[in-house]
Amino acid sequence: MKKIVVFLLLISMVLIGFVGCGEKKEESVSKEVNNKVVEEKESASKSSEEKTNGTNISTKKELSGTISIVGSTSVAPLAEKLAEEFKSLNPKVKVEIQAVGSTAGVKAAKDKTGQIGMASRNLKTEEEEWNLTKHIIAYDGIAVVVNPSNDISELSKEQVKKIFKGEITNWNEVGGKDEAILVVSRESGSGTRGAFEDIVSLKEKVEINGEMKKVSQVREDALIADGNGVVMANIASKDNAVGYVSLSYVDGTVKSLKIDGEDATVENIQKDKYKISRPFLMLTNGEMDDVTKEYIDFVFSDKGQEIVSLKNISVK
Amino acid sequence: MNTINIDIKKMNKKLKKIKINADAKNSISANRKTQKRKHIERLVEFIFLFCALVAIISVGTIAVFVFIKGMPALVEIGFLNFLTGKMWKPSAEVFGILPMILSSLYVTIGAIVIGVPIGILSAVFMAELAPKWMKKIIRPIIDLLAGIPSVVHGLFGLLVIVPFIKEHTNSLGGDSLLAAMIVLGIMILPTVISISESSINQVPKTYKEASLGMGASKIQTIFKVIIPAAKSGIITAIVLGIGRAIGETMAVILVAGNAPQIPTKITDMGRTLTANIAMEMNYAFGLHQEALFATGVVLFCFIMLINIVLNIITRKDY
Repeated sequence: MKKIVVFLLLISMVLIGFVGCGEKKEESVSKEVNNKVVEEKESASKSSEEKTNGTNISTKKELSGTISIVGSTSVAPLAEKLAEEFKSLNPKVKVEIQAVGSTAGVKAAKDKTGQIGMASRNLKTEEEEWNLTKHIIAYDGIAVVVNPSNDISELSKEQVKKIFKGEITNWNEVGGKDEAILVVSRESGSGTRGAFEDIVSLKEKVEINGEMKKVSQVREDALIADGNGVVMANIASKDNAVGYVSLSYVDGTVKSLKIDGEDATVENIQKDKYKISRPFLMLTNGEMDDVTKEYIDFVFSDKGQEIVSLKNISVK
Repeated sequence: MNTINIDIKKMNKKLKKIKINADAKNSISANRKTQKRKHIERLVEFIFLFCALVAIISVGTIAVFVFIKGMPALVEIGFLNFLTGKMWKPSAEVFGILPMILSSLYVTIGAIVIGVPIGILSAVFMAELAPKWMKKIIRPIIDLLAGIPSVVHGLFGLLVIVPFIKEHTNSLGGDSLLAAMIVLGIMILPTVISISESSINQVPKTYKEASLGMGASKIQTIFKVIIPAAKSGIITAIVLGIGRAIGETMAVILVAGNAPQIPTKITDMGRTLTANIAMEMNYAFGLHQEALFATGVVLFCFIMLINIVLNIITRKDY
């Protein structure tokens, strides 16, 4: 009797192993299809209503499904606030947001691993070839931040460039304490880093292996933090650190510097007085499913842009 | 009287017949039973074999997959260029992992220098010198240390070790190879301690008794007799520690600074092979992604080398 029980358990263990594997494969492939099927069923039953009501966002349709949004750590907080408001209007919708970096977001949109990709920079030439639909949902500033205990409160763009290149290595060279500067930068896939380096002219053509290539000139021993949050944590805890973060992340734990005499504020960016800014892009690939389309429409609606203008610059 | 005898004889005959019948039946069903048992045993053995095969197939699949994905990059970038190139700049299609290889090596060596002596001496203490009540307390604590997730070790490093290094050395921010070495040293302690301790315990008591009997002190016995006798187990522990240290990713990412430069001193920042893959895999595509797989190939080769060394050492009879 005992042997039979053990035997049955072994067989079921083996079979479950197989069954589990098989389902998972199909699941990942058909997850999107399932979403679409759910959407289609919903839209099929509601399509008659839609046709009569038009695309009026204020009419309450029972929208349901999951939106997966992947990409920039700078855009993520904004996407989350928008998602919260969107969910209160459409309670059956689930929005999953992953903040892994702009380049990862663009890649996710291309591979269709997420319905929306977020980027906090313009697309590069190779990425333009992927024919993604660009939705510019906001403009954002990049603040240069230091530890609150740092005496410095302003720098010129030239000084910022020299600090990040490693030509200025001590705070006393720009009027501060006698302490070596710790430069905090981002991983190479970061949109914030890409935008920052473009604006502060930190990329130069260098000859490598006989070819001229555009290469980042940020000093080799800069501390690499992966994500706006990690940069903030590093700046807040090290008094000789300097770094750059999305303006929406700046809070009391760090001090944002004036660049060329201008504070990093939303008004200054709108008046084009503060020069370090970049667009927030939401990227979709091909036809959007209903939930995604609703979300994007919401982002561009008045309510959505109102949320944008809280910490960023709206596009309207 | 005679009738009783005849009755008894008849009864004996009948009994014999019954017994023969019973025996025959027993042997047939016994035969069937053993046959059935044999089949079940064989089936169960097959299931065990199958489970073992799953492990072998996994290793084989990983090896084959990593090599297939990584080889094109090695060919395109150039084997020597890749391994000895000093610059890692993916946006400019420059892929040289020498800085990463050096950082991984330094961090591993540092972890061994910190973790192994402490580990072996702790093992000696636990096996030979600790009173029973102390053993009861210390052993579960060491097991607890083994169970702490690596990311928590990294957090500890970030909160305690990095600021400490920043204050007391000329390190720019505290994030450095030294921080990674300390964190990894702590992480490999449980491995080194438990394997060394069990191999010390396996040294025959006769060795110890003979040495003590000849007048050697306890410490002399430990260092001159017991540890050399437990050498192969201790070396196994060290090699396993090396394997863990070289493969550690999350804890190192949090404390080593991740600058892709060739580190020249302990307080410099560095990026290990594992940190490189983990940080960039999310967004890499095209040749960049293949270069990361090639980094995986290099890591795999390191681990295979370590395991071959381990097999050679433990095969020898000490």
